[in-house]
Amino acid sequence: MASKIRQAGWYRALAFTILGIAVCIGLSTGLRAAFGLNPVYDGTAVLQISLLMVPIFFLGGIGCFDYWLRWASGRKVVDDHADHGAKSWKDYFKVNTDHKVIGIQYICVSFFFMFVGGLMAMLVRAELAAPGRQFVDPNTYNGLFSVHATLLIFLFVIPVFAGIANYVLPLMIGAPDMAFPRLNALSFWMLPLAGVMMLLSFLAPGGSFAAGWTAYAPLSVDAPIGQAFFTIAVQFAGASSIATALNFLVTIITMRAPGMTFFRMPLLVWANFSTSLLVVIATPFIAASQFMVLLDRALGFNFFNPAGGGDVLMYQHVFWFYSHPAVYIMMLPGFGIISEVLATRARKPVFGYRMMAFSLLAIVLLGFTVWAHHMFVSGMPNWVRIPMMATTAIIAIPTGIKIFSWVATLWRGVLKMDTPMLWATGFIAMFTLGGISGVMLAMVPLDIHVSDTYFIVAHIHYVLFGGSLFTIFAGIYFWFPKMTGRMFNEKLGKIHFWLTFVFFNLTFAPMHLIGVQGMPRRVSDYAEQFATWNMIISISSFILGLSSLLFLYNMVASWRSGPKASSNPWNSLTIEWQVSSPPPIFNFDTIPSVVGGPYEYGVPGAVHAIVGDPAKDLVPAGAGATEGHS
Amino acid sequence: MWVSLAAIIVVASAIGIGIMLAISWFPAQGSNVAPKIDTFWNVLIVVSVPIFVSVVTMMLFSIWRWRQRPGEEGLDGPPIHGSTKLEVIWTIIPTIIIAALSTYAAILLLDIQAAPAKGTRVVNVNGIQFAWNFETKTDAGPVKSNLLYLPVNEPVTFDIRSKDVIHAFWVPAFRMQVDAVPGITTSYSLTPTKVGSFDIVCAELCGLGHAYMRSTVTVLPPARYKAVMAGLAHASAAVGGSK
Ligand SMILES: [Cu+2]
Ligand SMILES: [Cu+2]
Repeated sequence: MASKIRQAGWYRALAFTILGIAVCIGLSTGLRAAFGLNPVYDGTAVLQISLLMVPIFFLGGIGCFDYWLRWASGRKVVDDHADHGAKSWKDYFKVNTDHKVIGIQYICVSFFFMFVGGLMAMLVRAELAAPGRQFVDPNTYNGLFSVHATLLIFLFVIPVFAGIANYVLPLMIGAPDMAFPRLNALSFWMLPLAGVMMLLSFLAPGGSFAAGWTAYAPLSVDAPIGQAFFTIAVQFAGASSIATALNFLVTIITMRAPGMTFFRMPLLVWANFSTSLLVVIATPFIAASQFMVLLDRALGFNFFNPAGGGDVLMYQHVFWFYSHPAVYIMMLPGFGIISEVLATRARKPVFGYRMMAFSLLAIVLLGFTVWAHHMFVSGMPNWVRIPMMATTAIIAIPTGIKIFSWVATLWRGVLKMDTPMLWATGFIAMFTLGGISGVMLAMVPLDIHVSDTYFIVAHIHYVLFGGSLFTIFAGIYFWFPKMTGRMFNEKLGKIHFWLTFVFFNLTFAPMHLIGVQGMPRRVSDYAEQFATWNMIISISSFILGLSSLLFLYNMVASWRSGPKASSNPWNSLTIEWQVSSPPPIFNFDTIPSVVGGPYEYGVPGAVHAIVGDPAKDLVPAGAGATEGHS
Repeated sequence: MWVSLAAIIVVASAIGIGIMLAISWFPAQGSNVAPKIDTFWNVLIVVSVPIFVSVVTMMLFSIWRWRQRPGEEGLDGPPIHGSTKLEVIWTIIPTIIIAALSTYAAILLLDIQAAPAKGTRVVNVNGIQFAWNFETKTDAGPVKSNLLYLPVNEPVTFDIRSKDVIHAFWVPAFRMQVDAVPGITTSYSLTPTKVGSFDIVCAELCGLGHAYMRSTVTVLPPARYKAVMAGLAHASAAVGGSK
């Protein structure tokens, strides 16, 4: 037992967690006694300090810091790769430095939270099936939609893209791993902590956080203690995505295989490069906004209290300076996935490759200039509205370039309309709709009327569900054979697509109408005139929710006993398909050398990279591997 | 092929625009702003539908025409890497559309947010969790009420405030909305143009009672308005006096 506690792992994590709580109680009571505060023990104070500190104790216990601490304290460190790669399913529950293991960890944890968050959406729709109160009181209702949005944004869409890229990206650029494997592990382990913290808020006195995922001050400042779970969990989710983004940037910039120039990179790599730039620059802003709320709440600062000289609108400016770019953080990686799937399944080069790459960078740049379009009716100075409308509308241009180029990629191809392709083409149609309603919302006079209505709910779900989630499904089906070494059930995949596609539209399209007609969002009750549409929406949403069980079944059953996948079932040119499925533990025996573009389909004899060819002047694998573990 | 594709896009767009315009999207037009917004919406529909139809038609056509057929498993498409001409076209056309729509929107916005004429009636709107309070000065004295009364065809400015959290003062029939923000006064002006009762909705999440933070605005002919306000002023004075 004692040796188990000394070893990194779950026992030690549990012990450290208990120790952490004890330290926080001591710290809180000690400080209160020192300042002469009465009573000395304050449960709320202890809880807030614990939320901040106990996760760090847990991370220490599970073993995220062992190597660094040993190295920093001058003790001997061995690079024996003991924590690299997975031999059994149990290894997925440990701190692991293999980008492929971490990728799977990310994806599975994210999908867990997708199902939890989706279930909350079902409860929301059950409540909204008819006017009046059905199942839950207003406080629970506000909590359900707040946690639903928060989980799906911070614990699903953002991290699942990080997971897919974690698995695929190093393989695609011919690298043996990510640049900082231990930082990668730490990034992952912060996520489940953030998610669990958000769920635990339901147990807090006064209920879970219920001020929406936007957590506008002063509502969030006055809210019960459940709000602190959001305020602090977002710090961990944010730290996780900043660390991952840094990791991607360094990996992409420094670890590309010889010959992989920037304009030979697959567009998924470009997409994650752009996304990582957004994350690194923008995420500190949401961290700041939440720290200010925390200081207002816990220590009586007056950031957002006008009576104390505070400024209510400042919260929204700081918050949206992250949360608008966050929309692209949740979209650009999906753009990358779509380019990979379309080129491979249409057997054609991506149309206008360079413009596809430049348009990503254009979106990154423009994405920082539009945040106040969420604030057209917030009471900010009127003059800001027209410039922000213009910049927002301009983003439609690079986005349009992408959509038109994808369609042109299909033109005259040899289109294999299998499951990944269905999701990719379904995405193009749905995302075009979401983009169009986005341009409408940019138009201030219309936005004044539909702000905070169901029109907004419809728009964001066309962008994040019809957009992001469709690309996620495309990507998961596409790389499933590579990740698991098995094929999924094609027929179930297609049924999953059609059910989702039909009931997604039946759920969210009518929301445009009831929004314009006058139904505000975030309400547990509504006027009688919206009853019929809400009933239709609720029924559709239940079938939509159930359709995801087909996906779950298909993934689990195929992973266990699907037919074995070959190394390159889609006959793709990019590097990840030139190694076995799943790839060997250090990816490549010899580092590949890249000799051409990634999408040279139809060019006779074209090769993107020479993989596993022990030809002369190639970097030996060992050199690359140690570089990746410094 | 190109002629039939163009024909499909034109016909499908026409049908799409027809259906979209036939839908009754908006609530009643209760203010001078409403018809302007509704016309703008129709313009947006007419511009948007053909864009969506074109993208989907080209995509579905490609899928129908070049779908992989049995025996084509080993085939690749032609290695077309791009076309500068096309890329220029689909950069410029959206730029023109965006510029035109933004200009229209900007002119419309400047129109509806124009400062009210001097002497315009002011209604003080106070949002509190979870109700609206309205204060109007009338010849018969100040009127305080939870229901809003306005005379038809007379311009009005709302000065909107909140003491607790953010609310949003939205009258869907008027098509205008702005947040009630603690610490500052926000406002908008319009002219009610239709006699009748319309919903007032709080559009910004403000806590437990947010869904129930609704009220009614009653727009009256000027003579009726005077009578009603005189009665309310009397009642307000009585309440004020008894305190
Ligand atoms: Cu935005
Ligand atoms: Cu409200």
